[in-house]
Amino acid sequence: MNMSSPLLRVFALAAAVMAVLLVIAALNPSVWLLDTMTGLFASALLVMSLHLLIGYTGLVSFGHAAYFAAGGYIFGMVLQMPAFIAAMGSWSVPAATLFAMAGSGLFAFFVGLICARLSEIYFAFLTLAFQMLFVSIIQGLVAYTGGDQGLTGGIPRPEFLGLNLAQASDRYVFAAILFVLGVLAIRLVTLSSFGATLRCIRDNERRTAFLGVNTYKAKVLVFTLAGSIAALGGVILAVFTSAAYPEWASWSVSGEAIFMIMLGGLNSFYGPLIGVVVMRAINDVTLLYTTHTELTKGLAILFVVLVLRRGILDWIMDRHKNRTRSKTAASPARKEQTDVAP
Amino acid sequence: MLDLTALATCFTSSSCLVMQTSTGVIIGMLLFLVASGVTLIFGVLHVVNFAHGAFYMIGAYTAYTAYGATGSYFAAVIVGTLTAALVGVLFERLAISRVYKENLLMQVLVCYAFVLICDDLVKIIWGSEYLAMGIPDEFRVPPLRLVGGVVPVFYVFLIATAALVAILSLVLIRYTRFGKIVQAAARNATMVSVLGIRVPIYFAALFGLGCGLAGMAGALAAPVRSMTPGMGLSVLIDSFIVTVIGGMGSIPGALLAALILGLTRSFGSIGFPLFVDGAMFMMMVAILVFRPQGLLGEKAVR
Repeated sequence: MNMSSPLLRVFALAAAVMAVLLVIAALNPSVWLLDTMTGLFASALLVMSLHLLIGYTGLVSFGHAAYFAAGGYIFGMVLQMPAFIAAMGSWSVPAATLFAMAGSGLFAFFVGLICARLSEIYFAFLTLAFQMLFVSIIQGLVAYTGGDQGLTGGIPRPEFLGLNLAQASDRYVFAAILFVLGVLAIRLVTLSSFGATLRCIRDNERRTAFLGVNTYKAKVLVFTLAGSIAALGGVILAVFTSAAYPEWASWSVSGEAIFMIMLGGLNSFYGPLIGVVVMRAINDVTLLYTTHTELTKGLAILFVVLVLRRGILDWIMDRHKNRTRSKTAASPARKEQTDVAP
Repeated sequence: MLDLTALATCFTSSSCLVMQTSTGVIIGMLLFLVASGVTLIFGVLHVVNFAHGAFYMIGAYTAYTAYGATGSYFAAVIVGTLTAALVGVLFERLAISRVYKENLLMQVLVCYAFVLICDDLVKIIWGSEYLAMGIPDEFRVPPLRLVGGVVPVFYVFLIATAALVAILSLVLIRYTRFGKIVQAAARNATMVSVLGIRVPIYFAALFGLGCGLAGMAGALAAPVRSMTPGMGLSVLIDSFIVTVIGGMGSIPGALLAALILGLTRSFGSIGFPLFVDGAMFMMMVAILVFRPQGLLGEKAVR
């Protein structure tokens, strides 16, 4: 019973968040809010799955957007096959979502097999290199992916369970469900014994290996898992735009995802979600004045990395810790002073 | 997809062979200039400069402007090289040197931020359209005839310059006082500083040298390639592939790998145009799996 109480809390939290998100939809908000939230859910799944690699396993992947984009492409390409829709009927969209997760996971598995053998710097740029290879494959296979133009022509999205994905509100509900399930899955991984193994690897891989853990296998597994969850984000974006574009796998998407983790806070599970929202705000506020969003993003990154030196949530936590520590530390110090003074 | 007959035809025709080989060698030499900067900086400072492509871009764009202003291509190359080196020193002092002791994540983010800022500044200053410098007036002369093929004079100049710079930088690192101090500092910076040497100045100079090489490559490439903001990325990826294949930290390895890659690119564009990138990745993956230290690398890395 004691063992399951954190689990219960996680499930209760997921149910509560789901309920709140559904209530928001029921309040009949503006399309702008629904679309913004849908976009945030997509980035959040990319960022949270990457957090599993960077924050929990210490694997700095610079190519995570490849699995995100692969999810969107597989989802769209599967649904554009008339035979698939004929066979699956009203279950087409859920089935295509599972296909996207499985396909993207398989892709991540093969990349992981190669990359997980390497130390951190090699790992970072090899994952980036595979992302570039993915982009060049997409751009090369014009007949299947539309090449540079992207997967256009619309993605058919047959109604299922009463959800019509052409409507903003139903799209939002679909995205919210994927978001909650995806983040719940990541949370459960971090709470499991496998999650403890991952943190072990992050802190000291060699010692973890001494304990008899096959660290290579664990790294490949978590890389695969993160890839298939990132695919859900791509699915949301594909549903939203009714298309898929090679830019989704551009290196700036990967770099931005890394930064959102850092911006929100690396040392807490939910910190990166703050990063997602703040980044979106920086982007949208900049767009009110100028189109040069990259300049402001770059300056924001330099500020956070060189001045704050940690993410927003980490910064708040550290301040909080310092305050409580200085309170407890202050009273004996004062006593000493009064002892000495007379 | 695979056009072996076209490739075979090219191998039997000496003009095609000379043309493709010279193209391959200039791609290789330009890559080598960029990759040797990456390798130098990694070998001494133990940071991977993910922003290296940006210095290539800076070199190309400033050379373009200098050529427009002075009309002299030689001045343009010098301006491009020096600007990239100067910006490199500033970047090292103001940003990268503050994260030497931090983890990889911080270093990657600083470089990423720098690339974003550079790309946007280039868009503001030069606009986001493709720019082309064209072959400079100095080199508008009839091409050289070589074993049945023709080679533009500019190609010869480019290859010779890159080779000269490569030899000079190798001599600088291996045999001069500067090189010896830098190598010593790479092993034990504290000890070197105890001997009364200002290590940060040497580190900044080395970083500037690496960036200057990238800037020179950009300036040399400007007449034969079009310029666009974000042009540094593909160069960066290629130069990483070169450093991996050649061996991290090994300059001769970088030269060998850059030439292999350049020739693969030029002949691949005839034989398997859609699969050129794929072939390069296959080579890199094979190297990483069977010989992780690279062709001429010394230490095993894992």
